[in-house]
Amino acid sequence: MSNTEVRHAELHEPGLGNPELRKRIDDEYRWGFVTEIEQEIVPKGLNEDVIRLISAKKAEPAFMLDWRLQAYRHWLTLREPTWASVHHAPIDYQAIHYYAAPKTRTQPKDLSEVDPELLRTYEKLGIPLQEREALAGVAVDAVFDSVSVATTFKDKLESLGIIFCSFSEAVQKHPELVRQYLGSVVPYTDNYFATLNSAVFTDGSFVYVPKGVRCPMELSTYFRINAKNSGQFERTLIIADEGATVSYLEGCTAPMRDENQLHAAVVELVALKDARIKYSTVQNWYPGDREGRGGIYNFVTKRGDCRGDRSHISWTQVETGSAITWKYPSCILRGDDSVGEFYSIALTNHRQQADTGTKMIHIGRNSRSTIVSKGISAGFGSNAYRGLVKVLPTAANARNHTQCDSLLMSDHCAAHTFPYIEVKNASATVEHEATTSKIGDDQLFYLRSRGLSAEDAVNLIVNGFCKEVFKELPMEFAVEAQKLLAVSLEGAVG
Amino acid sequence: MLEIRNLHVSIGDKPILAGINLTVRAGEVHAIMGPNGSGKSTLAQVLAGREGYTVTADSVRYLEQDLLAMAAEQRARAGVFLAFQYPLEIPGVANVQLLRTALNSVRLQRGEPELDAMDFLDTVKSKLALLGMDESFLYRAVNEGFSGGEKKRNEILQMAVLEPRLAILDETDSGLDIDALKTVASGVNALKSPQRAIILVTHYQRLLNYIVPDHVHVLAGGRIVRSGDASLALELENRGYGWVIPEAQEEARP
Repeated sequence: MSNTEVRHAELHEPGLGNPELRKRIDDEYRWGFVTEIEQEIVPKGLNEDVIRLISAKKAEPAFMLDWRLQAYRHWLTLREPTWASVHHAPIDYQAIHYYAAPKTRTQPKDLSEVDPELLRTYEKLGIPLQEREALAGVAVDAVFDSVSVATTFKDKLESLGIIFCSFSEAVQKHPELVRQYLGSVVPYTDNYFATLNSAVFTDGSFVYVPKGVRCPMELSTYFRINAKNSGQFERTLIIADEGATVSYLEGCTAPMRDENQLHAAVVELVALKDARIKYSTVQNWYPGDREGRGGIYNFVTKRGDCRGDRSHISWTQVETGSAITWKYPSCILRGDDSVGEFYSIALTNHRQQADTGTKMIHIGRNSRSTIVSKGISAGFGSNAYRGLVKVLPTAANARNHTQCDSLLMSDHCAAHTFPYIEVKNASATVEHEATTSKIGDDQLFYLRSRGLSAEDAVNLIVNGFCKEVFKELPMEFAVEAQKLLAVSLEGAVG
Repeated sequence: MLEIRNLHVSIGDKPILAGINLTVRAGEVHAIMGPNGSGKSTLAQVLAGREGYTVTADSVRYLEQDLLAMAAEQRARAGVFLAFQYPLEIPGVANVQLLRTALNSVRLQRGEPELDAMDFLDTVKSKLALLGMDESFLYRAVNEGFSGGEKKRNEILQMAVLEPRLAILDETDSGLDIDALKTVASGVNALKSPQRAIILVTHYQRLLNYIVPDHVHVLAGGRIVRSGDASLALELENRGYGWVIPEAQEEARP
């Protein structure tokens, strides 16, 4: 963009001496295009009528509307939390469109009925929506604003009894499963943003893997916020029945806009006896410009319930986008010998703020958890790790290992660590390790004197720092995540 | 190969090097000796492109190029190599990954194709054998948890893989026991060739028992105060630095 140079001239950042680096620091957000498409939008504002309208648009059964209204009435009694280590102007919840959908005549039956403009959007995002591309083994459920556009690979999954569809479709076709599990991990009373989501969520993904079935492919959802001033309130529910295994990938992008957009999602995971769920996220929402204008407020509640013995839930996240990230993917380790894992990379550059971490609640005997958190701060970014390890009296021999590392890349960025540990059983073993380091001129010179460019040197150091998390990601996602980190950090050395 | 004319280096207003003149031809081995604080390491770092110094000179020519106009990575790609006195740790990055990235960036500059993983492994294994190093070295994070001797050997391994035209070894002998010193020296000797020049920066003579220099220079107070052949190093070993730099001895007296 042509005004990039002007902005550089105006900005004097003492930590960024090298003019070559500075030239590249404000690399434009590459996913910031807007799709011109007819939208069906509910007027701004939130009240019971809007919720009734959303529910009616989706032809929901009565139990869903009741649940939404209960959530809404509860939300009215709550106040927005202020404990996170983030700062933003007050959010006007009446200035948001709570429903935006691409205008289509009827629900598309297959890809040929999907608006080609939409398909081009996904093409630009590099999502293998076409089945020929999806032969790589990824089944995609793409969410465009509030409505799920197309679900691929459905037939193959159906033959195994696996349900993978939009949340709306699940409500229509499998209301008994939705009714049984919705809100069973994150109740509508859980917290301000989760309660808001419960009232107004418009779509999301639904996965059910039946007893003993190992899902043969990675399931994937791409979320994208397109409409101006629209919140995206998606809700994802994944159930792995006894002995089932599933790996789920989630990727997110949004167009560039000057206003802030609210994204308040809820993800619930249920793992029954001997089941295993792996949930991987690469979050690349628009982070705002380098002075902090615009960007997504990403206030997300993600929680997994290891409900059965020997169940296993693993969260892996790479968070490079959003103006503000507020997110704590957690595990309730209810079953005996259950295992919870959290692997996280959170990067904040420019004026981005992240307050992220996890909660591991040990209830079952011999339950184990692992936390590996890597925070990278550059520019004026602020990065906080906030984690809770709680061992209840029932959790004999519970074990936790937490490793929490921060990497600083400028003189103006910040890293904070807020570990909370509550242990109520004396047989538990809880370990916490933390380090903070700064990319030094010495390290950079060392690598450059071996022929690496400054950019490659930074990437190599950052990749080394993040290695333990990358190795938890499925192969194709790990490659994407490495590229994303490289782009997000271009020139961020100070 | 390298021609330094009237090189001045300072940090802030503190002068470190005050008019260095040095000519190094292909095939030669030069030793730069001198007491602590004489500017030896600064010279090595400035030649490799370390930023943060104020550098002026009538000229510093390397293979017909203006060395001072080149960034550190450009110098490396043009065949300048610095073995660090204190090699840095890069946690989580396997040695093999750094070696391959480095070699490919140098090859690219030379107009040679990048080596694929298999060809690269063949190359690097032959170098390991040359230096009597174990293959496990390749898969450890760069210098992380390495002993002092391992770090120095790792520098020599990098040098062997990158095959520089001008190798500068900054106190590579310090902190090495006699066996490690011999290994490092034989590694360096194996790299000697008529196309290649080596500059050894060292405080002690003992490395020069194993790598015999063609020229020895004594650096003191930011200047080369004496130059000679290998026998100069022996004389320094016997008599100390005092006789070449009487004023330094004066200052050192309480």
